[in-house]
Amino acid sequence: MTVTTQAVEELSPVKRRTPLADTWENLRRSWGGMIGLTLIVFHVLLALSSPYIVPQDPQLMDAPARNEAPSTEHLFGTDKLGRDMFSRSLVGGRVALVVTMLGTALAMTWGGLTGILLGFLGGKTDEYVMRVVDALLAIPWLLVLLLIISILGTNPWVQTLTFGFTYGYTAIRVARAATLDYVTHEFVLAARARGERKRTIVLKELLPNVLDVLLVDGAMTWSWMLLGFSSLSFLGFGVTPPTPDWGFMIAKNREILAIQPWAVFGPAIMLSTLIIGINLFSDALAKALGLDRSQGAPV
Amino acid sequence: MIVLIARRFILALITLLLISIIIFLGVEALPGDAADAYLGQSATPESLRALREEFGLDTPAHQRYLNWLGDMLKGDLGDSMARRKPVSEVIGNQFRNTVVLAAAAAIVGIPLAIVLGVFAGLTRDKWPDILVSLVAILGMTLPGFVTATVLIYVFSIRLEWFPAIAMVPTDAPVIEILPNIFLPIITLTFIMVAHILRLVRTNMIEVLVSNYVQMARLKGVPAMRIVFLHALPNAMLPSINVIALTLAWLLGGVAIIETVFNYPGIGKLLINAIGDRDLALVQGIAIILAGIYIGVNLIADLLALVLNPRLRTSRGH
Repeated sequence: MTVTTQAVEELSPVKRRTPLADTWENLRRSWGGMIGLTLIVFHVLLALSSPYIVPQDPQLMDAPARNEAPSTEHLFGTDKLGRDMFSRSLVGGRVALVVTMLGTALAMTWGGLTGILLGFLGGKTDEYVMRVVDALLAIPWLLVLLLIISILGTNPWVQTLTFGFTYGYTAIRVARAATLDYVTHEFVLAARARGERKRTIVLKELLPNVLDVLLVDGAMTWSWMLLGFSSLSFLGFGVTPPTPDWGFMIAKNREILAIQPWAVFGPAIMLSTLIIGINLFSDALAKALGLDRSQGAPV
Repeated sequence: MIVLIARRFILALITLLLISIIIFLGVEALPGDAADAYLGQSATPESLRALREEFGLDTPAHQRYLNWLGDMLKGDLGDSMARRKPVSEVIGNQFRNTVVLAAAAAIVGIPLAIVLGVFAGLTRDKWPDILVSLVAILGMTLPGFVTATVLIYVFSIRLEWFPAIAMVPTDAPVIEILPNIFLPIITLTFIMVAHILRLVRTNMIEVLVSNYVQMARLKGVPAMRIVFLHALPNAMLPSINVIALTLAWLLGGVAIIETVFNYPGIGKLLINAIGDRDLALVQGIAIILAGIYIGVNLIADLLALVLNPRLRTSRGH
């Protein structure tokens, strides 16, 4: 037995690869995926380092230099209060990035586990909970977010919980649907027959199998959440001023769009490159994992 | 078939009932109540108490929910406290304005999306497909307010073709509204086309490699005939649900575009109502939007059922 395996391993020139290495190999070959990953890494590194590398204090108001056009001193010009838009654009995504990353992790964890559990349990529990999930999904996302934010306020940690909760119920649907493909398989039946506890079956048997679906959905969720966060911020329900934030900056500087468009373009470019990066990456990830995202509903 | 349709109807009604409970509880949890909104700055503890009694706000929540539900079934959405008018009267024209905007975008957008989707599917991985798909990614991913702002900069500030904001009175006739809302229509169309065309493209590619299209090709059926008579109908079937979802989403997510263009629609009204703590108005708009979402989904389900005989035998969920 040992001899045969050894012989096979010696004969085959291909090294054994882990699934992770396989996925990475696929991902590396995709143009979109690499562009997306680069954009994401760029934004994360920027969020970590921007307070130390900005050319000027993002809050500093230089009254004589108001609404200035881009120059070597102010690459994106200045806003109505004379603040350097380049520096503000660089730091304007920090809260958004932290809230949406933690929020996505939260949403995928509670939504994913709930979905797997529902798919595994089936029956009446599944049916009742899914009705509520369907009802929640039918309420416009903007209304849900606005209501919760109006009740709980705009503290970033509260917002993380809000987004984590709100975007979790789409994850429930996705995880449940993916689980339904597996619950009838032998390994689940065997685990049941062995008398494994529910928690063990969910965490050790089902979760590893639906993890790829959850990863891709998580990347998508991140981009939807960023869209939701910046939309709320645009409407004035986001970060509390004077903390710079892309969505709020775009809303405020729209007043000077005609005279100093770069005060809007700067934050808009930053926000867009991050969202596009996440989308390109999640598309490539889906392909690399053999799951093609074609049925994405625009919720 | 009839059992199936009846089942869908009942499920939709149950979902709607659940939504009404969730919305009622959500709005109930907002700080401040209708009496605060009505009295505003001039509120004193005595006047608040008197008003709460008058409006029946001192009754328990479940009682008020049942009253609200009962009135709603009779078509009465209650009174807007901040605006001192019945909710239905406040919503009326603004709702129509949103429908005008969404309908215009849908009329232009859906056929355009189908044509572009088929075109991209036929030229798969060649430059026309790559170009169309790239633009579609922009439409799908860019936040609506970014798209709108860029369009305003190009078409209204630089080229001066269209007005930057939709300056229309709430009750203007449709003919007068349309010339003022070219830009919001273009924005909405762009976003909608991006979503639908990607799906049509994927389905088209799937259908084009299927056996019966190959068969038709081998038989020498002309290419155009294959595309429009064989492939397109089958590529469209799975798209119906997504088109329906996109339409429903347009109504719900249109709030941001209405705000950008200062257009008096229901989405902007909703945002204002939350700001004013106009609870009855928030509830009314929310239930209407959710009802439309459920209704559109139901229609799409039934349409798919009628068009696709295979669905009729297998039990749908």
